[in-house]
Amino acid sequence: MATAQQIAKLREQTLQRANLDDSRQGIRIVVTMATCGIAAGAQKVYETLRKEITRYGLNNVIVAPTGCNGLCHYEPIVDIYVPGKEKVTYVQVTAEKIKKIIALHLFAGKPVLDYAYEKDMTYQMPIALSNSGIINPESIEEYIALGGYRAEIKALDMKPEEVIAEIKASGLRGRGGGGFLTGLKWEYTARAEADQKYVLCNADEGDPGAFMDRSILEGDPHKIIEAMSIAGYAIEATCGFIYVRAEYPLAVKRLELAIEQARKLGLLGKNILGKNFSFDLEIRLGAGAFVCGEETALMASIEGKRGEPRPRPPFPALKGLFNKPTLLNNVETFANVPMILNNGAEWYSSIGTAKSKGTKVFALGGKINNTGLIEIPMGTRLGDVIYKIGGGIPKGKKFKAAQTGGPSGGCIPADYIDSPIEYETLIELGSMMGSGGLIVMDEETCMVDVARFFLEFTVEESCGKCPPCRIGTKRMLELLAKITNNEGQVGDLEKLEQLAKTITAASLCGLGQTAPNPVLSTIRYFRSEYEAHIIERKCPAGVCKAFLEFTIIDDKCRKCGLCARTCPVRAITGKIKEQHVIDREKCTKCGLCMSKCPVKAIQKKSRE
Amino acid sequence: MSICSCQNKKFDKLREIIAEKKGTAGALIPVMHEAQELFGHLPIHVQSFIAEALEVPMADVYGVATFYSAFTLEAKGTYSIHVCLGTACYVKGAQAIVDKLAELLHIKVGETTEDGLFTLEATRCIGACGLAPVLTVNNEVYSQVSVEQIDGIVHKYMEMAWKDEEDGNSSTNS
Amino acid sequence: MNKVNLTIDGRQVTVSADSTVLEAARKLKIKIPTLCYLKDINAIGACRMCLVEVKGARSLQASCVLPVEEGMEIKTNSPLVRTTRRTVLELILSNHNRECTLCVRNSHCELQTLAMEIGVREISFPGELPERPVDQQSPALLRDGSKCILCRRCVALCHQVQSVGVIQATERGFQTTIEPVFGKSLNEVACIFCGQCIHACPVAALQEKDERDKVWKALADPDLHVLVQTAPAVRVALGEEFGLGEGRNVTGKMVAALRQLAFDRIFDTNLSADLTIVEESHELMERVNQGGPFPLITSCSPAWVKYVEHHYPQLLSHLSTCKSPQQMMGALLKTYYAQIANIDPAKIFVVSIMPCTAKKFECQRPEMRASGFQDVDVVLTTRELGQMIRQAGIDFPNLTEEDFDEPFGESTGAAMIFGVTGGVAESALRTVADLLTGSTVEKFEYEEVRGLEGIKESTVQIGEQRFRLAVANGIGQAKKLLEQIVKGEKQYHFIEVMACPGGCIGGGGQPICKERIEKEKTDFPIERLKALYKADKGSTWRKSHENPTIKELYNKFFEKPNSKKAHELLHTAYMKRPLTPKE
Ligand SMILES: Cc1cc2nc3c(=O)[nH]c(=O)nc-3n(C[C@H](O)[C@H](O)[C@H](O)COP(=O)(O)O)c2cc1C
Ligand code: SF4
Ligand code: SF4
Ligand code: SF4
Ligand code: SF4
Ligand code: SF4
Ligand code: SF4
Ligand code: SF4
Ligand code: SF4
Ligand code: FES
Ligand code: FES
Ligand code: FES
Ligand code: FES
Repeated sequence: MATAQQIAKLREQTLQRANLDDSRQGIRIVVTMATCGIAAGAQKVYETLRKEITRYGLNNVIVAPTGCNGLCHYEPIVDIYVPGKEKVTYVQVTAEKIKKIIALHLFAGKPVLDYAYEKDMTYQMPIALSNSGIINPESIEEYIALGGYRAEIKALDMKPEEVIAEIKASGLRGRGGGGFLTGLKWEYTARAEADQKYVLCNADEGDPGAFMDRSILEGDPHKIIEAMSIAGYAIEATCGFIYVRAEYPLAVKRLELAIEQARKLGLLGKNILGKNFSFDLEIRLGAGAFVCGEETALMASIEGKRGEPRPRPPFPALKGLFNKPTLLNNVETFANVPMILNNGAEWYSSIGTAKSKGTKVFALGGKINNTGLIEIPMGTRLGDVIYKIGGGIPKGKKFKAAQTGGPSGGCIPADYIDSPIEYETLIELGSMMGSGGLIVMDEETCMVDVARFFLEFTVEESCGKCPPCRIGTKRMLELLAKITNNEGQVGDLEKLEQLAKTITAASLCGLGQTAPNPVLSTIRYFRSEYEAHIIERKCPAGVCKAFLEFTIIDDKCRKCGLCARTCPVRAITGKIKEQHVIDREKCTKCGLCMSKCPVKAIQKKSRE
Repeated sequence: MSICSCQNKKFDKLREIIAEKKGTAGALIPVMHEAQELFGHLPIHVQSFIAEALEVPMADVYGVATFYSAFTLEAKGTYSIHVCLGTACYVKGAQAIVDKLAELLHIKVGETTEDGLFTLEATRCIGACGLAPVLTVNNEVYSQVSVEQIDGIVHKYMEMAWKDEEDGNSSTNS
Repeated sequence: MNKVNLTIDGRQVTVSADSTVLEAARKLKIKIPTLCYLKDINAIGACRMCLVEVKGARSLQASCVLPVEEGMEIKTNSPLVRTTRRTVLELILSNHNRECTLCVRNSHCELQTLAMEIGVREISFPGELPERPVDQQSPALLRDGSKCILCRRCVALCHQVQSVGVIQATERGFQTTIEPVFGKSLNEVACIFCGQCIHACPVAALQEKDERDKVWKALADPDLHVLVQTAPAVRVALGEEFGLGEGRNVTGKMVAALRQLAFDRIFDTNLSADLTIVEESHELMERVNQGGPFPLITSCSPAWVKYVEHHYPQLLSHLSTCKSPQQMMGALLKTYYAQIANIDPAKIFVVSIMPCTAKKFECQRPEMRASGFQDVDVVLTTRELGQMIRQAGIDFPNLTEEDFDEPFGESTGAAMIFGVTGGVAESALRTVADLLTGSTVEKFEYEEVRGLEGIKESTVQIGEQRFRLAVANGIGQAKKLLEQIVKGEKQYHFIEVMACPGGCIGGGGQPICKERIEKEKTDFPIERLKALYKADKGSTWRKSHENPTIKELYNKFFEKPNSKKAHELLHTAYMKRPLTPKE
């Protein structure tokens, strides 16, 4: 069982052993091995790297896997720290490249600048992500070396109410979507009287296109364990659950390992740090249901039931899991807690805007050059995120809208590119902060199709308990399908709006209450695009198949016949060396011919 | 249904799992996860076994099994192709990939090819959005996939299956 | 309990702090529509019909689950509430097989009534209907998924009240369905056909299997001698089908109606209930003499029997081997009666009018052919009889009362109370007391087993013998009792179980009680109960063994209780049934 002193000692030892801090004596090399790194081939790079090190018999080189460093688009990534030198980041590394890098950088001391990338952190500020991409997430020692578990040591010397007061003063708000004041939530749960209370971590991360929570769990799992223990101490709970999506096997594996390690060091279990405080954690897997991100559904799921939400009140702070007072926070919310305790509430609340404190992690995706993970102070302008951090839109296309808040959120159009990113502003704009998915759309995105896409998602993910959501979203989807299928009628928009109003007002849980948002916000900003589908009978973005026409541009065509052979429905006629024509009646608009044509002589556009 | 001896062994294992978990609150879903791992899917006799062993109504087991998309009642193909239709992937053209696969394999999403080789599924976000669009085949991840690559990916697995057959182990995923 | 003040539609009301807003509104006689709510059984806030506006709240709140708070300001009839409720109802209707004119619940359907009250005039959002098949494989119940509105009242009832749990919500979202596992029929799972779910259902998604046509056909067949018998619980409920009020005893009118329907003879199941008591009392005496095995458990409720067969096969030997009264009567009619009336039993057609859906199943059990024929040919529920009477154009309320036919028209008060929970136990005690003491015991009303509590336990001293007995009111209660017995925590000599809460008066085939919804009555069969005890008090004979017809039967036919012949015709055996389907 570790004491505060032993933890401090471990910290000193590891700093040296792992070449972690600036006074390092040896070289440290880390490979980003989160899910996407591995998908991009990081495993092979890592193995090659280790082989090379052994082959060369290099001493005092630490090689470690690490979590996401944000440059997901450039995976696999290798960071090399040489004593006394700046860190060098290599991107899109392959087994071949790494051999060359080792040879040149480590031996010749010459970084291979062709493979390197300089990450600009001007606009960013890692707090939740402070360790990710730096430490080895599978090592509790490295976490401790960078200050891990210091916050807990500090907290256990405070009174529970003092801990809560600190969190309250920091102004931290829930990062799971709702933005509820975290300290207040802790206080409510602390006040409830019961023989048993629970702390839950929401790692269900259902918003498609968001992967902040996964990255934190894969890159820095101990941070969550530490924060949950602090919460347990503050509200007097002895037991916690982390509810993780089953789609995140690596996160689960690293969490399991981390929990084991913490137990071994006595940081979980009985009498933590020798104090009169006991706390332990259990992991529960989700099973593929978005609605289980909703707090009461999540609890039902842990209880072994269908993940159906139940009405509130009673709120979980009074009656939650197994009917006991329960505190639920999101992964990223928890990830802020240790730093708040270490650096003080005042420090934290100095970051951000008046009502939105601290930083927010976003998963940048869609039509943007630098897809990846970013952490920005609240209040950062949307435009800076898209152009300064995100590097703008690929292929010089025009920025059309940014979608935040996932299926519960909305689209922010180009006109509002100067808006600060904070809770209230986003809501005013008809979107919401959500969990942090930020999907960029360019001129080739059809906003009606996007609305249909999100509705399809909610229809599939509705739990089915209440009619407004179960039937209402289905009816909305049917209307949207009609519109995108060139069967729209005047009056459909009004029906959509009426349905949206009822679903918002009448649904039992947040899923239904927010399901119409993507439709409402696209109608609000892109009404003309809807009208184009319904009245002018065309899809301006050229997405909805029903309005598309494929044509061969005569003077570009080299008459090679490839398209005719590709077409699955034989809609293209013409012999080699003769003019090729597409029969519009037969064409199913699959687009295969277009992708095959070597000279890009096939054009897809909305019919006139 | 006749239950062969390898099935019997699986049931023995399942019995152990249940014995271990029965005391814990909310054991049903963890047990079902493990049962699915063991059997590949959750057919009626497995659900019936779980219900009786955990002493919960089978209707509840089935209600849970059909609620969560991770649980499946039918056996899947040797290769499960999951195309991500999360927002990031969708915006980057994942729908065209699903369509192409459906056309190539002559099945709809959720179905398995007649030869039992492939199952086509649409999933929501596996968290590799930075590399969208992505698809997975069993545990292998393909990132930044384009429609043109699909033929190649499918053929790779067909060849693997043919090779396995020649080697005499007809099912790789029993 | 603390009191709380709140304002609803501008009116002040004070209620206890554990009330819901719905309850507070009802106190002010403000009617808030509900669909999924069933007091004490289903409070899940699912249907959203009871939405109200709460000052300061972000969205509308479901009043059926909303706890009152001091100073709350509620609006139940604001424009937002009205349009929202109407649109939600429109959505429900857009997803419902609206064929009211063809529907068994036409004119007593909660959904239909709501549509009328809220004044829905069009379905603005037509769309896909769910594909949900009709299950009519079982001999007792019919489930029509196309009518189901997913309120889940049946699920709550089947799980929480009956502890059977064979139906559940499956799939999710628009695909959500209420059904047994793997889309199976109720017939293939451990459903006990108690029919309690029918009472829970606000619409026609759950019904009894309609068998009126078989009876009409038999009545029209000149070659058939069509006999009918009616259970005790029917006579105190049938009047409700004709708006005669709760718990009115309409025996005479019922007999008159049956006679108008042209049944050849109208007999009273009460007679065979007396027979059951005599047989069962002797069975108990035998066990007392042999020192066990105890407990002896009643078996006159076929849903209960099926429950034991599925769930507690290890206890089957404790069930009394006596058939239920309707089956005893059936066996008698096709043997003894055929003999004395000189009719070929092949030409006898026996119809039972029962408060019960499980009896439709029971009469088809292969064991129930002691006469060489199916002893009871068709079982109709109280509701089906009501429908036949309406169909025949009989002016039921104004009928002149008539009497049952001889020889099976004579019965006792003991048989009358068979229809309520505790009644069988009391009737058995009346006979056992006389048998054991060899005298006529004067005090034979056993208050301790009366009433609607879940489990009633008592110890009764009869002569030298102390009887420990228990009465379980509904299957959920019976399960609790059985668990204690299996674990050896409790010992009894005699246990009465009725599958339906309240006993047969609350049977699955009884008229659907509006009061339960409108007045939130959870003791809804209480008036029927009172009527039966009243009938008992007014009877000439109060003890089964005193019934002259019974005495005559033993003299002329069975010789003595539990004789070989009695065993052949009046007793049966049970079989283990699977708990869960395996394929
Ligand atoms: C349909 C729905 C899905 C949700 N999904 C998530 C999720 O995936 N992750 C999450 O942290 N919160 C999710 N939430 C929000 C949670 O219900 C809850 O508010 C949050 O986890 C509380 O933690 P916080 O206060 O730290 O944000 C979801 C809410 C709804 C209504
Ligand atoms: S709003 Fe949707 S997800 Fe939420 S309870 Fe209702 S049906 Fe279920
Ligand atoms: S779009 Fe598809 S169907 Fe149409 S011509 Fe091209 S290949 Fe053929
Ligand atoms: S593939 Fe392109 S170049 Fe070749 S025939 Fe078709 S349109 Fe012409
Ligand atoms: S259930 Fe009710 S609403 Fe539906 S068809 Fe029957 S009577 Fe009409
Ligand atoms: S109520 Fe209306 S729809 Fe129904 S039968 Fe009468 S006229 Fe026809
Ligand atoms: S008849 Fe009884 S056991 Fe069968 S589903 Fe209905 S309530 Fe459940
Ligand atoms: S069957 Fe009836 S009670 Fe059951 S959910 Fe459907 S409508 Fe409700
Ligand atoms: S209690 Fe009566 S009505 Fe209910 S199942 Fe038993 S016999 Fe039938
Ligand atoms: S760098 Fe790989 S997950 Fe972000
Ligand atoms: S949206 Fe496809 S991986 Fe996230
Ligand atoms: S939600 Fe209140 S009655 Fe259904
Ligand atoms: S059936 Fe005879 S009293 Fe219930």
